[in-house]
Amino acid sequence: MGFDLDKWYAQKMQGEVILKYMGDVSSDKITEALEGIESNLNLKNEINKTRKKVYNVFVECIQNLFHHVDVPPVSAHVELVPKFGIIILARDNSFYRISTGNFVRLDKVNIIKDRIDQVNSLSDEEVKMLYREILGNEGITSKGGGGLGMLDIVRKTGNKLEYALYPFDDEYVFFSLDVYIS
Amino acid sequence: METIIREGSPKTPYVRLDGEKGLIEIKGRSIPENSVEFYKPLIDWLDKYGTTPLESTDVNVQLEYFNTSSSKCILDIFKKLELIYKKGSKVQINWYYEEDDEDMFEAGEDYQSIINIPFSMIEMEE
Repeated sequence: MGFDLDKWYAQKMQGEVILKYMGDVSSDKITEALEGIESNLNLKNEINKTRKKVYNVFVECIQNLFHHVDVPPVSAHVELVPKFGIIILARDNSFYRISTGNFVRLDKVNIIKDRIDQVNSLSDEEVKMLYREILGNEGITSKGGGGLGMLDIVRKTGNKLEYALYPFDDEYVFFSLDVYIS
Repeated sequence: METIIREGSPKTPYVRLDGEKGLIEIKGRSIPENSVEFYKPLIDWLDKYGTTPLESTDVNVQLEYFNTSSSKCILDIFKKLELIYKKGSKVQINWYYEEDDEDMFEAGEDYQSIINIPFSMIEMEE
């Protein structure tokens, strides 16, 4: 039995869901999602610091999808849009969780894995130093993402990135990422 | 030198580039997907301003938050200002952040550590 998207989705929908989106991660859809979060009453009642952090990390997560996702495989039975991605913002007790999911081509798997493992292996101070180094020394990447996204998420949340790569077929893997904001 | 004013939008900041007063202001949020497209005209303006800058240039940055692709563009702006400063004009950057906003405070510190230019961190009460 291969990867079961419905089961994955149901699992990520646990807790109090503030926003869920599955489909084309276009610039307009991102704007809509951000408006949705901003109008959420529970978040509005949060202290400024937390509200801004949730918002900021959500932006980074959804734009990470925007810059990197692929067209999904036909056999996934999802909308065949150019930038297919899933994002869920939920509140689980005392923390907020942002879960993202998307199909990636096999040849990108190692890049993603290496990148996240590297970021996760760093101490808070090392994350800050590496962030400054990349900010100061490198140009914009070909995707325009700056190469700082994952580092920024870890730095702002102070938590490690939790991820899984589920084999899907001969060409694709499903990439699942959980970001916690305490 | 013409003045450029950009009103803020849900994803882009309010920007004022005032060549007559030597005043640069960036306020709000900066989270466009394509930040290079947004910032390119501002960088171009600074290039032009840098050829005949006023004796003194004040820069006020008051951002709620910004995405990582904007962070590079903001640095590019500061680098242009650094060139003006190095050529002998007075340049002062004021980085405003809300009280308790560690993220914006640290972002200010990041820039302060990278660029060599008078840089003040100014805390605002909520």
